[in-house]
Amino acid sequence: MSEKKFKSKMPEEVYTGRAGWRDLPIAAMIVEPGSSMRYKTGAWRALKPVYYIDKCKRCLLCWIYCPEPSIIRKEDDTIEINYDYCKGCGICAEVCPVGAIKMVREV
Amino acid sequence: MDRCEGVMGVFIKTIKDLPREDLYIAPGHRLCAGCGPAIAIKLIAKAFRGPTVVVMNTGCVEVSTTIYPYTSWKIPWVHVAFENAAAVASGIVEAFKTIKRKYGKGVVPDVVALAGDGGTFDIGLQALSGALERGHDFVYICYDNEAYMNTGIQRSGATPRGASTTTSPAGKVIPGKLERKKDLIGIAVAHNIPYAATATISHPVDLINKVRKALEVEGPAVLHVLCPCPLGWRFDSSLTIKVARLAVETGYFPIYEVEHGRYRINIPIVKPKPLEEFIKIQGRLAHLLRPENREILERLKRDIEEQWKTLRALAKLEIE
Amino acid sequence: MSRILIIEKIGSMTGDEAVAYAAKQANVDVICAYPITPQTIIVERLSEYINNGELDSAFIPVESEHSALSVSIGASLAGARVFTATASQGLALMHEIVFIAAALRCPIVMAIANRALSAPINIHADHSDVMCERDSGWIIFFAENVQEAYDLTLQAFKVGEDHNVLLPVMVNLDGFVLSHCAERVELLSDDEVAEFLPPREPIYSIDFEHPITYGPLALQNYYFEFKRQQEDAIANSVPKIEEVAKEYEKMTGRYYPMLKCYGVEDARAIVIGLGSTVGTLRAIAKRLRKTGEKVGVIGIRTFRPFPSEELIKALEGTEVVVVMDRAASLGSTGGPLYLDVAGALYGTGTQPLMLNVIYGLGGRDFTPTDAEHVFRLALKTAEKGRVEKRTLWIGVRG
Repeated sequence: MSEKKFKSKMPEEVYTGRAGWRDLPIAAMIVEPGSSMRYKTGAWRALKPVYYIDKCKRCLLCWIYCPEPSIIRKEDDTIEINYDYCKGCGICAEVCPVGAIKMVREV
Repeated sequence: MDRCEGVMGVFIKTIKDLPREDLYIAPGHRLCAGCGPAIAIKLIAKAFRGPTVVVMNTGCVEVSTTIYPYTSWKIPWVHVAFENAAAVASGIVEAFKTIKRKYGKGVVPDVVALAGDGGTFDIGLQALSGALERGHDFVYICYDNEAYMNTGIQRSGATPRGASTTTSPAGKVIPGKLERKKDLIGIAVAHNIPYAATATISHPVDLINKVRKALEVEGPAVLHVLCPCPLGWRFDSSLTIKVARLAVETGYFPIYEVEHGRYRINIPIVKPKPLEEFIKIQGRLAHLLRPENREILERLKRDIEEQWKTLRALAKLEIE
Repeated sequence: MSRILIIEKIGSMTGDEAVAYAAKQANVDVICAYPITPQTIIVERLSEYINNGELDSAFIPVESEHSALSVSIGASLAGARVFTATASQGLALMHEIVFIAAALRCPIVMAIANRALSAPINIHADHSDVMCERDSGWIIFFAENVQEAYDLTLQAFKVGEDHNVLLPVMVNLDGFVLSHCAERVELLSDDEVAEFLPPREPIYSIDFEHPITYGPLALQNYYFEFKRQQEDAIANSVPKIEEVAKEYEKMTGRYYPMLKCYGVEDARAIVIGLGSTVGTLRAIAKRLRKTGEKVGVIGIRTFRPFPSEELIKALEGTEVVVVMDRAASLGSTGGPLYLDVAGALYGTGTQPLMLNVIYGLGGRDFTPTDAEHVFRLALKTAEKGRVEKRTLWIGVRG
């Protein structure tokens, strides 16, 4: 019954905005889950969080509240900031009870 | 400090109990910096278990997480229109059940309908009501930022009394929205569903436990999650969690659940902080502190008092 | 309880009952419809079949037509074979979702018991409801009689679900005239239908191994491409519609081409129509041809994709074409079918004189006398060699 194989891959040109209608999967389906990771929202920042690991009490409040999420929780419950996606909202600095994250101007 | 009183089968006790990875959503979405709903969907997804389908209405989250060809969703995700997430979710869950029963194929996944206050309180109310009456086994979560934020901060049925929005601006003659906020959980409970609850992003353990409970319950469940919006509520993007916490601590947004008609207040606010603390921090409400707006501020406070009085009375009722 | 009478594969049933019977034999998985006259019998019969254990399907009693089609889309994306039905105001209410169903390429089959649009409210036969959806990207069939309503419903599933088509299909039957009138229907056996219509094999349904985002936002840089894809899909459905029609002919002896032509080879005047009126026209044409009048009738079975090529061929050499519209496009130069026909012919060299007849709105009966009047008018126009009044409202008083 089926000669036409369902297009199960997004053509690379789609990310440069040059894909034609014949190359795209039908019905505007996005077949690559999590493809938003190709879009680095880190470029939005005006302020950037800086992490002071020696102050960190490993409470993980910054991790749980990050909207992107762009805070990675490490094995020992310290964190790492993923600057590719951090938009500099400042929530992590605001919720940190010990001031282990400070917002500075993005230069 | 958040407590979840009397919750059976608590999923997590602290945030450290949660899985490290985000298996269901990915960063790179275009929601604003500091967006309340962004935090909400991340927390909600942490409560998912197994195969899950998310169905959404048009709104901030839908539009910002799925701009072709980018999607933040790592699970099957469906968007049809503004007002019909509950209907689409009904179709999906019944189809999977039928296919499993008829052909022995596939699984019956968790189906989660996720919609903003616009698509729930107003235009989506009919579809929600129908789905609840039919009793499908799905979860409906409303992420409430208290206005039609996606289209530019217009008032909705979820906007509180007195709030300044673009279609209810605080003007010289009329000081903001004059009408009271709708009671979504009351509407849901009127359909005799097994579980309904409020939650907010500043109390993540409570929220995540409630999502898991809603998934586990058989039949429809409705969650009403308050999500402050830095842009629409006019506060600095770093204060989203602080505003949500003040909403709870001032009594503005009661955290409670209703299980088969039995009310339980999860976070009793014995000595609420003055509402002014919640108000003065937000540009959409700050005008209420001016002397000429005393009357509408008093009415807003009365709304909250009445709601608590009713809740306390309902929580005392003996229901088998 | 069911009153249909079936004796050895010949049934006596109304259009609604025939459609419901076809949906039952097609073994649909999910049925979701909201009742509206004159479609209610379809919904009622299907509920009976399910509750009596004759059909294993989920019946979702929604709270409005808008939700009916929304539920149908959800079920279709999950991989189920889905059927729904509506009419008039219900179709108008689900209008926004109609376009979405086609754009999301869900092979839903929807029966429409054509009824007039309000206001004033009217429950009778009229094509104004479906004409509002002609741009939606759905494949649109019109049934001339109850037999066709049954046959086309079965064919609709096969056409829509084909992997090269993947489009929803509307099957139209005139309200009350067909939906509520019992006619003789030749049925297939359940086994024959099961062989013609095996269970649906979706190719992009919700799958947890390959998660897909359905229905995203597409900005200025992509929306256009997806509409182009839809145009391609509906144009390419023509060979499949033909193929299924031929396969059906092998099984039953009944063949429905895109255009059902009668007497067009030597006709001076041809009348084109949709739905049950075609039967009336053909009966009168037969009578007139016996007296030597060269008249022909074209019944359009597939309205979308519009059969332009076939129409141009069929109308070659004819002097006058009358297009019958049971719907008006108020403020335009003619009814919707007239606009499609005129648009198809323009600039092709096939340029007959054209008349447009608006008739039968709100169920106003179109009698054999009216039909004869139309043919005579067409022949007179052929004699004169020019059109005096292009659009005529026939049957209205005043």
